[in-house]
Amino acid sequence: MALEIVKPGLATSIQDLGRPGYFHLGIPQGGAMDRLALRAANLLVGNPEGAACLEAVFMGPQIRFKRDVSVAVTGAELPVMLDGEPRQTWTSFTARAGQVLSFGFLQAGARAYLAFSGGIDTPPALGSRSTYPIGALGGIDGRNVEAGDELPLAEAPLADEGRHVPENLRRMPGCPATLRVLPGLYWHRITEASQQSFFDDTWTVAAEADRMGYRFKGGRALEFVPRKQPFGAGADPSNIVDGCYSYGSIQVPGGTEPIVLHRDAVSGGGYFTLGAVISADMDLIGQLQPNTPVKFERVDMDQALAARADRTRVLSGVRELLA
Amino acid sequence: MKTRYTFGGDEHIYVEMDEEMSLDAFFKSLSMSNAVREADIAGVTEICPANASFQVRFDPDVISPDDMLARIQDLEHKADAAEKRLATRIIEVPVFYRDPWTHETLMRFRERHQDPNATDLEYAARINGFDSVDAFIEAHHSQPWFVSMVGFVAGLPFLYQLVERERQLEVPKYLRPRTDTPKLTVGYGGCFSCIYSVRGAGGYQMFGITPMPIYDPDQKISYLRDFMVFFKPGDIVKWKPIDHAEYDRITAAVEDGSWRPRIAEVEFDLDEFNADMRGTNAKLMEALDGA
Repeated sequence: MALEIVKPGLATSIQDLGRPGYFHLGIPQGGAMDRLALRAANLLVGNPEGAACLEAVFMGPQIRFKRDVSVAVTGAELPVMLDGEPRQTWTSFTARAGQVLSFGFLQAGARAYLAFSGGIDTPPALGSRSTYPIGALGGIDGRNVEAGDELPLAEAPLADEGRHVPENLRRMPGCPATLRVLPGLYWHRITEASQQSFFDDTWTVAAEADRMGYRFKGGRALEFVPRKQPFGAGADPSNIVDGCYSYGSIQVPGGTEPIVLHRDAVSGGGYFTLGAVISADMDLIGQLQPNTPVKFERVDMDQALAARADRTRVLSGVRELLA
Repeated sequence: MKTRYTFGGDEHIYVEMDEEMSLDAFFKSLSMSNAVREADIAGVTEICPANASFQVRFDPDVISPDDMLARIQDLEHKADAAEKRLATRIIEVPVFYRDPWTHETLMRFRERHQDPNATDLEYAARINGFDSVDAFIEAHHSQPWFVSMVGFVAGLPFLYQLVERERQLEVPKYLRPRTDTPKLTVGYGGCFSCIYSVRGAGGYQMFGITPMPIYDPDQKISYLRDFMVFFKPGDIVKWKPIDHAEYDRITAAVEDGSWRPRIAEVEFDLDEFNADMRGTNAKLMEALDGA
């Protein structure tokens, strides 16, 4: 074994780019909430960009190395220390056998990605090492890491030290954060006034914000277009006949608190959804701390695709830099 | 029925066959999602059928959203013309109604329920006009059910009963969802029954529990070795009431690998069913008795 978890942090999990293909059975794609940060971390240490990393939430773990390993930490600004000596984030460095990696207090963002040369080599489940605790899949026995766990790494040469991703190739949310939304799905269920207020109001990230979904509060309650509820939908005006949920879709149970479904989304349910956060902004959600103010910005499909292309250019820039 | 197409962000197309639940809407969503699968369109990454809708996830770098939409719309006439016949299977699922585990759980969450002074079954029986819980339980298990959707969480089936609209049982979800539901609880919300595949949060009323695991990520249970998820849309289920002793016997037999669910291969024809529901159901259940 190459790594020993001395302290696990808050909800540190093994993640890669996930397991698409099983959503029709209620098994979500999973994988890193900030995919760009995970890819960058892997490329910094010479891994394939989808290798398994640790995703640390709000707080870093403490890890003892059992052999020499290249390390990179990306995503949230979480001060990195090796045997107590500061190391830079978004920069590769070498840890020697016996050294201990630890972290200071979170300064910005919410999730840090810890890549190790070779990549974490736990057994894949349905094609991915990503941890999905609800379904007991991936990770270590389907759970997050715990103190005393030992993690294997695949064999790989050490990467050069000091490989670095500059700030112009990173993407972090602003304050207030802006999340671009394409209206659709059951958008017609709310009144014009509520369609307007949803985008006008400033929302804040609620405490219930995890890999399944992010909840927001503080905006005006949404009002529904009156109708006789269809058979099988349930009595509440926010109910529909249970249907599929899109990744990024925004449900508003009872019209009060929007929930944006993320990588570990439930695959369906009986709440109306008013549209979805565009694919280009999904990574940003993974970097939002509770209480962060957020504005939803209305975009059309052309703008969504332009944003997606822009994001692809950032990724290409990282790939070229670290090739 | 009027089909409605809409985008879910830049990676999903959501197709709603009908606002209300019906077997016609379910069959059309299943045929259309099958047609999309068979069309093998480059860029499609996931196809998820639901009760009266389905969703396609695609990669907009491979196929533009408008082209994707046009390809799916082209397939609608195919689904309309498709025979409403399904080669499927009927499965007998044992249920221990009024079991001690869901009872303990429902008592813990009474303040989140519409009727804190009754059990979920007493409440459901009353609002559906039954004289007794026994009569309600009888209505729940006497006629078979369609698995109309698999999802929410890992391998959880939604089931829709094969009876006339006026005989459908309907119950609301809890006022506020519970934070706990025992694994393998048989639940009910709206017009759907379900089986909670794993322990966790839930809002459906709790009627009982089955000793039959339906999700096994370790793939050690005898009938889940080939794949970890048991149900798929289109499966037919017949509940079989069992008592505590039988529940314990089956649980032990599942553990030692000697128990398998009773299953029969059957054909289901929607037109035949609509013409004679009781007769069609009787044939389905006969097939199970012969298995």
